[in-house]
Amino acid sequence: MALSDKDRIFTNLYGLQDWRLAAAQKRGNWDGTGGILGKGRDWIIEEMKSSGLRGRGGAGFPTGMKWSFMPKQASERPHYLVVNADESEPGTCKDRDIIRHDPHTLIEGCLIAGFAMGAHAGYIYIRGEYYNESRVLDAAIDEAYAAGLLGRNAAGSGWDFDLYVHRGAGAYICGEETALIESLEGKKGMPRLKPPFPAAVGLYGCPTTVNNVETIAVVPTILRRGAAWFAGFGRPKNSGTKIFCIQGHVNKPCNVEEEMSIPMRELIERHAGGVRGGWDNLMCVIPGGSSTPLLPKHICDDVLMDFDALREHKSGLGTAGVIVMDKSTDIVRAIARLSRFYKHESCGQCTPCREGMGWVSRMMDRMVEGRAEIAEIDVLEDVTKRIEGHTICALADGGVWPVQGLIRHYRPVMEARIADYKARHAAPAALPMAAE
Amino acid sequence: MAKVTVDGIEVEVPNGATVLQACEAAGKEIPRFCYHERLSVAGNCRMCLVEVEKAPKPVASCAYPVADGMVVKTDSPIVRNARRGVMEFLLINHPLDCPICDQGGECDLQDQAVGYGMDHSRYREAKRSVKDKYVGPLIKTIMTRCIQCTRCVRFAAEVAGVPELGATNRGENMEIGTYVEKALTSELSGNLIDICPVGALTSRPYAFVSRPWELRKTEGIDVQDATGTNIRIDTRGPEVLRILPRINEEVNEEWMADRGRFSFDGLKRRRLDRPWLRVDGKLKPVSWGEAFAAIAARLKGLPGDRIGAVAGDLVEAESLFALKALMARLGSANLDCRQDGAAIDASRPDFYRFNTTIGGIDEADALLIIGSNPRHEAPVINARIRKRWTAGRFPVGRIGPAGVDLTYPHQHLGEGPATLRTLLDGTHWFTEAFRAAKKPMVLLGRGALARPDGAAVLAAAWQIAAGADALRPDWHGFNLLHLFGGQVGALALGFLPGEGAKDLGAMLGGGVDVLWLLGADGIDPAAMPPETFVIYQGHHGDRGASRADVILPGAAYTEKDGTWVNTEGRVQRSHLAIYPPGEAREDWRIIRAASEALGATLPFDSLAQLRAAMPLAEGLVRGFAADAAGPAGDPAALSDAPFAPNLANYHQADVISRASAVMAQCATTYGEASFDTAVAVAAAE
Repeated sequence: MALSDKDRIFTNLYGLQDWRLAAAQKRGNWDGTGGILGKGRDWIIEEMKSSGLRGRGGAGFPTGMKWSFMPKQASERPHYLVVNADESEPGTCKDRDIIRHDPHTLIEGCLIAGFAMGAHAGYIYIRGEYYNESRVLDAAIDEAYAAGLLGRNAAGSGWDFDLYVHRGAGAYICGEETALIESLEGKKGMPRLKPPFPAAVGLYGCPTTVNNVETIAVVPTILRRGAAWFAGFGRPKNSGTKIFCIQGHVNKPCNVEEEMSIPMRELIERHAGGVRGGWDNLMCVIPGGSSTPLLPKHICDDVLMDFDALREHKSGLGTAGVIVMDKSTDIVRAIARLSRFYKHESCGQCTPCREGMGWVSRMMDRMVEGRAEIAEIDVLEDVTKRIEGHTICALADGGVWPVQGLIRHYRPVMEARIADYKARHAAPAALPMAAE
Repeated sequence: MAKVTVDGIEVEVPNGATVLQACEAAGKEIPRFCYHERLSVAGNCRMCLVEVEKAPKPVASCAYPVADGMVVKTDSPIVRNARRGVMEFLLINHPLDCPICDQGGECDLQDQAVGYGMDHSRYREAKRSVKDKYVGPLIKTIMTRCIQCTRCVRFAAEVAGVPELGATNRGENMEIGTYVEKALTSELSGNLIDICPVGALTSRPYAFVSRPWELRKTEGIDVQDATGTNIRIDTRGPEVLRILPRINEEVNEEWMADRGRFSFDGLKRRRLDRPWLRVDGKLKPVSWGEAFAAIAARLKGLPGDRIGAVAGDLVEAESLFALKALMARLGSANLDCRQDGAAIDASRPDFYRFNTTIGGIDEADALLIIGSNPRHEAPVINARIRKRWTAGRFPVGRIGPAGVDLTYPHQHLGEGPATLRTLLDGTHWFTEAFRAAKKPMVLLGRGALARPDGAAVLAAAWQIAAGADALRPDWHGFNLLHLFGGQVGALALGFLPGEGAKDLGAMLGGGVDVLWLLGADGIDPAAMPPETFVIYQGHHGDRGASRADVILPGAAYTEKDGTWVNTEGRVQRSHLAIYPPGEAREDWRIIRAASEALGATLPFDSLAQLRAAMPLAEGLVRGFAADAAGPAGDPAALSDAPFAPNLANYHQADVISRASAVMAQCATTYGEASFDTAVAVAAAE
């Protein structure tokens, strides 16, 4: 029971049609936006709550609840909507396709979300490497302004809303919401301490909500088709549709919008042409972008792709960037590469992450060769535990989870490699004597 | 108030307090590196993690606000594990060079590693090394030791107001530096050494000099500006090795200016360590007896009216009191302590004090600075003003030379007294903001009085304060900012011309035959008539000594038990840290001995007896006169000459700093060495 075409939110995900306003309106975007806004702020937030939409940026926080944290009464401080388009998680490329092929879903969502949280200004913080995408987005925003869908009295709703695009400079950490705000303010992208949360003290010290691109882009369709429609997909508390990015050792890597809670095996086989060499050639899958722990094949056989099912297996849905690895993979090396990534992207603010990521990465590099002691696997695991949960933001957690997943599921591989290295580098046997 | 339970101990703390404050209220020690009471919270070292019930993970107690009914654990397995982990992470890339580190023995990292760390290292990889940075002649950097707590970055940006430090690069490559290598331009830079929890920023002059446990610590007062900074003088044997600030919330909080901190090497150079007598135009070493005999011979038969005394800027109250008493016995009231010729009206203490008090700046809501650059004249007070400015809604106007960076934005209203006129008649646009303030402050620089129309400037400043209703029993908004630690004490003791007696100008104009200079180096030797017999009593061979006929070697501020009055009128005591060099003696003893030799024996034999007779009680007396009469002077006499900077050169403003090699280095680095100073130094040598 795959998602039928009529239930797709992103009808131009593959760019087969034009992204421009006219084509987008034909696909149903910007249909009755003013009317939706006319139903009022409280209605929108209630509808979002009952749709069960959870944030698509990785943490899965209920969107309606997040919006409701914004102050109800406008004070002298303006409210801001910030859209996180700094999609930098390895294995994730869904926001990119939304922005370049379906930008009006996002722009319309920005207006509705901005209205729902009392914001007259929205900022889209787009990853610096997404240069072409930012050109598309800029052009789409210009179109929307020209058509009166943004700006004063946006879409005839009586609400003034301005939307700005800001390009990042290429730091993974700027995808963390408070680091993103710092960066947007022109400072070095370093996460802020919480509390206070952005809903109280955010951009320029004003109430701010930061949402992922996909989260915002699905809002208009949810409100048009009703919360019940959206909540009808997936399991309870994991409802809706979701764009999965399937890559790695599959026959046809792709982005696909699917129903939540679809079995992982069905997802891979139906949309990505199956694992290279057949399902039995599967070694493991990283289910939700590089920071979620990998799942070995025996779990992948029947696990469902949603927040709670993956959490039960000590992994997570994250951004739904599904990285498939077949049996040809050097799994230790793969995870060591991820460790190097997180070491490189640590902002350097908190001690455990700044110092610990380098340590983990260097130990992992030795584990790849096997140039270590068996007992060091325990040291490695202990170090990751001492990093996890002790930092300001979640980068460090995401950086050590892959290593923890590796040790949890592939410790024998690591041990064998160490033993192998020892065998190859054993002290040479005494030279045979000539007399013998 | 919020009720918080810390390890079973229930404490009440104000709402908005942090968990760390609650833990401290409960008597629990929380280790920390990045947290500092006087800086913004960074929360990045993660050493202060504690367990809060119902929180999913340990929280940084320095940044986490308390909530009513919160239950905190500071010694649970989770907390201990977290601390051990953070400690291990801090140490893996920290060099094991404690034996050659100047922070050794007073290092937060060392102490906390012992208290909270593990007993061995599990780290087998290569350690990181970081290139050292040059940040000026005062601070030595060993950046490999840096633990990236960012205290220095926050101090520079927040307290010192010079946002020149920052972190470059990311992750483990993060380095603290000045972006483009340069010397820090703060007058408070020495405090970076104190706030650095490790040995990354250490004192360059103190490098490899001593260990903290070898030092004898003496409480003193910094006299090289008029703030009255409370200091600790660290000595070993006969040498001052370093000077650190002490905490005094009402005066210097815990900061100290660079000139006071680093110029002590000047205490060892160019010292007067034995009496000298000018014979046939040349100075010749003599004994104390010979020196006193020469004075007695010159004074013989001289009427009191022909004798005068001038006090310098770094003289403690005891010797001023003693010299004034001696002059009285000799029949002279020709006294003056205003070498700069400042038109100070000492008829009432609040005419020459910083009446708002330094702590009172926190309450002020508008500030008018007249003829002063507090950043150079009193850096610690300037930091206090900056702190008030940071709190918001604090308009600051300044009249004086253009192009001055006070470290906080201010309105430059004009360069000279012409602006005072428009402020007086209320036509200046700043008048409105100033008069609207509930607690406005006028800060008048002493230098603005050292000019022909000084009395008029004083009167005008007072009237501007009065016009803004700043002279009330509950708020005294008139402040005079003096330049050196001995100036207010001399005024308070009335070291000024008596009724009908001669002032400095008259004395220099041939009014006296014998002139006793007590540490007075501010007078141009050429201005003294050649026939005047000059007695110089002081500690450095500077301008005064070069002109003297008799030199009586005295003690510097570190070498005597002294009473000092700061610009607020706060009376503070300092203690003898080392003995004066050679035959030099404490100044009040010299005067007491001289009095005997001159046949005018003073009636005190000990410091206690002298102090009992001296009308200065320790502490701060805030006096408000009931009448509204202002200081003498007519604002109509204001000239149009612009105000000049009061200190030509921050780093070499007094005899001690002029003798200091460190300060000379600073003057070169910061390009302030003026021709005047060079000439003065050359003359003294």
